[in-house]
Amino acid sequence: MTTTDTRTDSAVTGTDASTRRRPALGGFNLPNLLLEIRRVLRNRRTLVFILIMPAVFFLLFGLPNRGQTLEGGAQATAYIMISLAVYGAMVATTSGGAMVAVERAQGWSRQLRLTPLRPAAYVATKVITAMVLGLLAVLVEFAVGVFSGVSLPMHVWLLAGLAAWLGSLVFAAFGLFVGYLAPAENVMQFLGPILAILAMFGGLFVPLEVLPHVMQEIARFTPVYGVGELARSPLTGSGDTATAVLNIALWTVAFGFGASRLFRRDTTRV
Amino acid sequence: MPTTTPTVELTDLTKSYGAVTAVAGLSLRIRPGEVVAFLGPNGAGKTTTIDMLLGLARPDTGTVRVFGDSPVDAVALGRIAAVMQTGGLLKDMTVAETVRMTANFYPHARPVAEVLDRAGIADIADRRVGKCSGGQQQRLRFAMALLPDPDLMVLDEPTTGMDVAGRRDFWTAIRRDARAGRTVLFATHYLEEADAYADRIVLIRQGRIVADGTTAEVKNLAAGRLVRATLPGADQVRLAALPGVESVEVRGDTVLVQASDSDAVARHLLTATAARDLEITSRNLEDAFLTLTTGTPTDDLQGSLR
Repeated sequence: MTTTDTRTDSAVTGTDASTRRRPALGGFNLPNLLLEIRRVLRNRRTLVFILIMPAVFFLLFGLPNRGQTLEGGAQATAYIMISLAVYGAMVATTSGGAMVAVERAQGWSRQLRLTPLRPAAYVATKVITAMVLGLLAVLVEFAVGVFSGVSLPMHVWLLAGLAAWLGSLVFAAFGLFVGYLAPAENVMQFLGPILAILAMFGGLFVPLEVLPHVMQEIARFTPVYGVGELARSPLTGSGDTATAVLNIALWTVAFGFGASRLFRRDTTRV
Repeated sequence: MPTTTPTVELTDLTKSYGAVTAVAGLSLRIRPGEVVAFLGPNGAGKTTTIDMLLGLARPDTGTVRVFGDSPVDAVALGRIAAVMQTGGLLKDMTVAETVRMTANFYPHARPVAEVLDRAGIADIADRRVGKCSGGQQQRLRFAMALLPDPDLMVLDEPTTGMDVAGRRDFWTAIRRDARAGRTVLFATHYLEEADAYADRIVLIRQGRIVADGTTAEVKNLAAGRLVRATLPGADQVRLAALPGVESVEVRGDTVLVQASDSDAVARHLLTATAARDLEITSRNLEDAFLTLTTGTPTDDLQGSLR
């Protein structure tokens, strides 16, 4: 293709129509994914909420329990660390998914419809960005744990970390769902408290056992429960992992379905 | 260019939002290389028509063809690009990042540095979009639209909210680019913009085209021209009988003829009478605009030119 400077000599056409083609993968590409990740990482508010706050929670509420052990002999600090890693990951992936709310509010989604980018490629970029952010949240929390004297067998680090990270896909779907529900620039301001309540039902701030029985029963049906249980099970060696996996699967499908319905409404609007 | 496919072909478009009819049976054909102004007051249906042209809105009835294809295909291939009126930019990104991200969607985008330069924003490449003025943001949108080197550039009220200098700079950039022979369609309610930059004006009112022609034709259509000459003892009846004459007035030795075909009047005066000091003045576009967009329904005007 030689389009160089066909413009300057008043040519009638620049780019030859026959050389035009559509982008591969619907416009999904690595440079833009990296650009997205960089964008998120330079947002100070995001960094505070997903990386610094869970770490500070650990220092405030985890460290005072140093030296204590749970039934079964696991470190209490490890239990708290894993719970807060799940919390960090869920806030991270929710805010990653909810970025579509901000971008819809600013009219960027509409602008993208004037480019060859396929909506599915846009969503894929958002989900991957959210998951990268979630991984980062887990790693930061674990690093704070290591420096604070949490020691675990390698397989527990690995399995707990993977469960906390991959389980947070539920919240990437949740974030997308909310993002397509409410095009608001301040979406995370009302999501924050909701996430905190969900985290409580997931036993991320205090063990579910200390809650009243009714609350514990309700908790089993809330979306954080599954990922919390699953992430801690390598440590505690207990917990109903089958129920936990079912919980994660059902909520991911529910939010994913909701998000895709709203997404379709959004892209075929008017 | 041996092409028979019109760049744009809109056929009997209608679009309603609830009880409000935005576009009421609009047909338009644009040929390659034309610079067309879509002129009308707010709420005339310009933006709705452009949304349908770009595939952002679906017509209730009628068809949209861009290069003989659907708008979505034309967008995907980069044959059509648009500068929208507001929104559409992420405030936290820099100017260069915004352009780079958009460039990455196209298999063969023009270089980022080139479009920044063409749009006159190379000097603010590292500025956050949120810190850019309205005019700078609009030139950024223009830079993005240049990336696919589109065959059709659509601009929806591109200079709304800009100051005089901003508008001038923006149009300078567009004009520099238009020399390349690109087809351009722009919506505006600034008459002087339509007058200065378009070679064809499509006047729209209440979702319908009320006039369509060259700037001169549209002015003429609405208001005609005024022919003034010195002619003692002018024969008013004879003049009033000339084709296209609307009114004849005699003030002493001066005769004033209001006519849609001023050439015929002038020819008659200069060849068949002793008239001298002949002057033809055209009403400005604003008069034409007001007559056509606020007057009684003028369906009869439509199609009288083309």
